[in-house]
Order: sequence, then C-alpha cells, then structure tokens
Amino acid sequence: MPRKEIETFAVSWLQVLDETGTADPELDPKLPQETLLELQRAMVRARESDARMLRLQRQGRIGTFGPCTGQEASVCGPALAMAPQDWFAGSFRELGGRQIRGEPLTNTFLFHNGFEEGNVQPAGVTRLLPVSIIVGAQTLHAVGAAYAMKYRGEKACVVTFLGDGATSEGDFHEALNFASVWQVPVVFIVQNNQWAISIPRRKQMHCRTIAQRAIAYDMPGLQVDGNDVLGMYVAAREALDRARGGGGPTLIEAVTYRLMMHTTADDPSKYRQDDEVQQWWDRDPLVRFRKYLEARGLWDAQRQALLEAEVKREIDQAVQEFEARRDFPPDAPFDHVFGTRHALIEEQRAQFLADLRLGEGGHA
Amino acid sequence: MPKLTMVQAINLGLDQEMQRDDRVIVLGEDVGRDGGVFRVTEGLLAKYGETRVIDTPLAESAILGASIGMALAGLRPVAEMQFCGFSYLMLPQLEGHASRFRARSQGQLTCPLVVRVPYGGGVRALEHHSEARETLYAHLPGVKVVVPSAPRNARALIVAAVRDPDPVVFLEPKRSYRAFREEVPEEEEVMPIGCAIVVRPGTDLTAISWGAMMRPTLQAVEELQKQRKASIELIDLLSLAPLDVETIGASVAKTGRCVVVQESPRSFGPAAELIAVINDRALLQLEAPVKRVTGYDVVTPYFGREHQYIASPARIRRALEETLDF
Ligand SMILES: Cc1ncc(C[n+]2csc(CCOP(=O)(O)OP(=O)(O)O)c2C)c(N)n1
Ligand SMILES: [Mg+2]
Repeated sequence: MPRKEIETFAVSWLQVLDETGTADPELDPKLPQETLLELQRAMVRARESDARMLRLQRQGRIGTFGPCTGQEASVCGPALAMAPQDWFAGSFRELGGRQIRGEPLTNTFLFHNGFEEGNVQPAGVTRLLPVSIIVGAQTLHAVGAAYAMKYRGEKACVVTFLGDGATSEGDFHEALNFASVWQVPVVFIVQNNQWAISIPRRKQMHCRTIAQRAIAYDMPGLQVDGNDVLGMYVAAREALDRARGGGGPTLIEAVTYRLMMHTTADDPSKYRQDDEVQQWWDRDPLVRFRKYLEARGLWDAQRQALLEAEVKREIDQAVQEFEARRDFPPDAPFDHVFGTRHALIEEQRAQFLADLRLGEGGHA
Repeated sequence: MPKLTMVQAINLGLDQEMQRDDRVIVLGEDVGRDGGVFRVTEGLLAKYGETRVIDTPLAESAILGASIGMALAGLRPVAEMQFCGFSYLMLPQLEGHASRFRARSQGQLTCPLVVRVPYGGGVRALEHHSEARETLYAHLPGVKVVVPSAPRNARALIVAAVRDPDPVVFLEPKRSYRAFREEVPEEEEVMPIGCAIVVRPGTDLTAISWGAMMRPTLQAVEELQKQRKASIELIDLLSLAPLDVETIGASVAKTGRCVVVQESPRSFGPAAELIAVINDRALLQLEAPVKRVTGYDVVTPYFGREHQYIASPARIRRALEETLDF
C-alpha cells in the first residue's frame, strides 16, 4: 500500500476544578491541607502584590512592570509542585512563582525601580534565574541547565515559563528540539494568556493549540485549564516526576488570560473589548479555588480577611524597606563588567566618577 | 506648517510614502491595531488595510528575513523592531543576507528595505530598552545606518530610506520621540542619506554628534558661547553609514579642533571611527587632540542609574573648553 497512515496524534486537555470550584473526584489530587493553604496564600499574595505595584507605578514610585493578575494559578500551581533543588527559569509575568521560590518583594520593587540590586537574591534563594525580558531566550537557558543536571546526576529539573507570543520565536522551537534530542529534565510551561501585547492568539499562530507543538518534537504535551490551580499543580507534578525519572521534557499549555494591561506602558483599550475581559474575570482562578476550599470547610470570609490583612502588612513592610534603600553606588556597573579588574575599565571608572561631579546627563 | 513630534513626523513620512507607492509595506510586532508601542505607525492600518500593514507574529529574525524576501520580489518593506534590544535577533538575516544580496548577485538582486529601530536611553524603561548600539549596524558593509535628530529631518530621512535602493537601518532616538516639536512641511521633503549637515557654522572648533545627543551638545555649545568668545561649528551626522567624510574632514581642517559626542560605549564606537577619519584628512591642521565624550564600556545600567551614564551638557562643555584651551 503506497499511501497509508503511519502515525496519529491526539492532544489532551486537563481540568481538575471546574468553573464552579467543583473538583473531578477522580482527578482531585487530594493534596494535604497544608499544601492547599499554601496555594491559596501564594495566589492571594501575588494578587495583592500586583495591585500594590500598580498603585506604586501610577504614583511614580516604581517603573514599568507587567501585571500577573489572572495568571496566578498557572504559575503558582507548578511553582509549588517544584522541589527545592529544581530550577526556575521564568520570563516576566510570574510574580507568584518567584515569591514561592523565595524572592523577597523588596527585590521585585528594586528591579522595577531600575536597580540590578533587585536581582541579587538573599542567602538561601537559589536556582531562580532573573527576569528574562528577551522573549523566549530563557527556554534555551532552561535546556542547558537541565543538561547540567543530567550530566551531574542531580535529581533536579528545570521549569521554564513563556507566553503564547514567545512560541513564535525561533528560540522556543530550538529549545524544544534540543530538549527532545537530549532528553533532559525540563518542563516548558506556556502561559497562553490569549494576547501578546496587542496581538491575539489567532494572529500569533494558525494552529489550534500550543500543546500540539509537542507532537512535532515527540514529547508529551497537554493543554491545561490555566485558571485551575489544581490542574496546573497536577500537570506540573506529573511532568516533573517523569523528568526526574529520566523521561525527558514536557510541554504544558496553560490556557489563561491577561486580565490587565500588557505592561503599565500599554493601553489595551486600543485593541481589545471589555466584554472579553469581563468573561475572563468570571473565571477568576482565585475565586474558583476559594470555592473549592470553602466547600471542604477549609476557608471562609474571616480567614480570607485575615490572610489579606497579613499579606498587605507584608507588602507594606516591603515597600518601606525598599524605599529606605539608599545604597546604590553609582559606579557599581564598573564592578561587574568582568570577573577580573582591567585597566581600561578602571580608567573609565575614575573618569566616570570625575564626570559625575559635573552633573548628570539624560537630557532630552 | 504643523508642529510635530518626531513620532508624528515619521508617521507622516511613512503615510505619504505608502500613499505614493503601493509597494511599500509596513510590518512588525504591534504595528497595526496598536499603531506600534510608540505610535509611530498609528492610523496606517485603518488607511491601508491588513495586507499593507502587517501585525506579525513575535519573531524578529522572521520579520527581517521575510522583509528580505519581499524586497527581492519587488516590494518595499518597512519593518519595525520594537526596541533596539530585540533587534539583535535579526542580525543573522541582516549580516548574512540583506547586506549581501547585491554583492552576491553582482547587482542583479537587491534588498531595498528599511528596518526602523527605536534606540538609546533616557526613557526610564526596563532592561534591553535603553542601550545605544549603532556600531553593530554601522560596521556592516552593505547596510546604511541613518539616525535622525529632530522631527523635520526624521521625516525627510524616512522618505529617503524608503526610496533607497539598499537596506537601511533607521535608528530612532526614542528620547527625542516626544521631547520637542518642530515645524514639518506637509509637502514632500527628502534629505540625502550619507550626508551630514552643518547645523551652525564656526571657525574655532568642530563639535560632532548625532541622534539624541545633538540636543545636549547644542546646549553645551550655546552655554559656552555665552560664557566666552568662541566660534563653534556643530555637525549633525544624520547618517553613520556611509559616513560623510568630506564634510567632517573639511570642517576639522578649517577649525583645527574637534569634539565628538556619543551615547554608546566608548571602545570601537563611531567616535573612534571619526577620529580615524580626521587623522586621514586633517591631521596636519589639528591644533589639539580630538576629544570624545562617550558612554563607558559597561553593560548598560538599568534606568535607576542611566542618567548618570549619559553625557550631560556640563560634561560636553568641559570637553569643548579643554579642547579650545589645549
Ligand atoms: C525578543 C523580544 N521581542 C520583543 C519584545 C517586546 N515584547 C515584550 S513582551 C512582548 C509580548 C509577549 O507576549 P507573550 O509571549 O504572549 O507574553 P505575555 O506578555 O502575554 O505574558 C513583546 C513583543 C521582547 N521583550 N523580546
Ligand atoms: Mg501572552
């Protein structure tokens, strides 16, 4: 038979919690109470931090940032499923995940106020790569780090996050191919939030799912309801277990939504309709999970109020700490050009310090 | 004449070129519906439709690579890189192909295309949104590099770039995008690529700059001339490649003194090339070493520090004084 079907492929979809907050009894991972409460805390903390950052930005107390509101579940689920020795290679919209990995909010503020000091993690916070603004680049770093883990025989994996827009970059496809050829322990999580600045998903790609990209690289791929934190937790845990056991990479597409502007410099009213945004507010991942907890008697209005108050106190304190910081040596960039001192750089440092006395530039 | 910002002026130039020539296609990330993140392409989609104003998927190498194909096949693409910091992803296509088709085919195949790239610092933006890297592009044979400094010349140069038979990297100093307005004539105006202009004539010293650094340089010159009797000639390069060696050489041969002001890192920057040009053309007329006021050879700092790293008018003025007094 000269023409026959030699392969068929399927793309699967996972949802543990439906939109009313009811868990599928067979899929419910029945996580210990402690983990459930941690998930709740992480998502509320991310949501509140985001809201505060938006205010700080509008008041001119920090610079541009990309809000994560609406995407807490797709990041916090996987981040909590990670082991301490795993690597986190994110892009720029994973605040909740960075917090779970231990990044203090003061760092986030410093970073968004234009200081590299925000990338310097306190002792104990490791394997958390800085925010990666070059869209898609981090996926390759993740593959390399995963190679290193495999080479050194460490039982550690790498989780990398990217957006739907990032799947158009060559780097992403090259990363999938390398990961697949090398069979390294890396989990790609695409936060498909439907938009890449003003470009809707349907203009970004012609294919119907991002998950199906995995098929071409012969790796497991699935689509998950990204506003279902339990679904995201389960999907990531499965992928991590497989990777840790030598089973190679996985691609997870989290279907979610960017409820806010792309960044604070963006005006989404130019390109999208409010009713679309409203439909997604109706699928708020935080509301869904709270219903689940409430139905199990683990949560109520009072606990919610307590948690919000506690988180706000934490944020207040971080704002204070951040705004009290004054130690930004102007010549720090000269310290970090190379690992060793060089006469040319030192000569320029001396010149820079002398120039500084004459006044600062940046004039329009 | 309407007073326009540089953003509006480039928009006007693109609009008129699209009107004039239906081979002109605008493409890039967010250039359509959103009108570009800086609004340079605002209104073009509504006027010319989706086949001529293309919101592309997010891939810089593809944007330039596809533009090359369009140009080879007779279109006149004007591609946008959203920020200079992301334009390096197009480098393999620019160096490997756009710059070479003419030579490769002995003139049979050409790449008349424009890549617009907002570049430079001073807008308090995130990492990769504030560096000046014009050297990377100016170093490539076969690529023209244009840097407007004000609304009117930006409009006249974008028109020239669209009509140019070769690939043009059009670096838009984003600090100047909305910093000031200028009268820009409605009727067509074109400036030649590869020509510098003498902004103000003088006899004692030549000050040379381009792009966003023109304004602090002009300020320094004006301040100094209030303070002391000195006649300073100010040159705006407008094109970094090809460099207008004649204007530069003639000016410095006349004044005997020169200061070059550049935002980008010092080593291998355009100022170094200018000094070499002066060496070739006016060495024996020099009365003082040529000075360069530049950025430093450090990784471009985040915006918390960037204002300390871009030369201030005071720094420029001191260089002018030291050169005059040498
Ligand atoms: C290589 C590169 N090109 C362009 C940009 C500018 N840019 C920043 S975010 C973005 C859209 C990203 O969309 P997506 O990957 O869906 O992530 P999201 O912003 O939705 O989280 C663009 C075009 C960039 N940062 N890096
Ligand atoms: Mg997106």
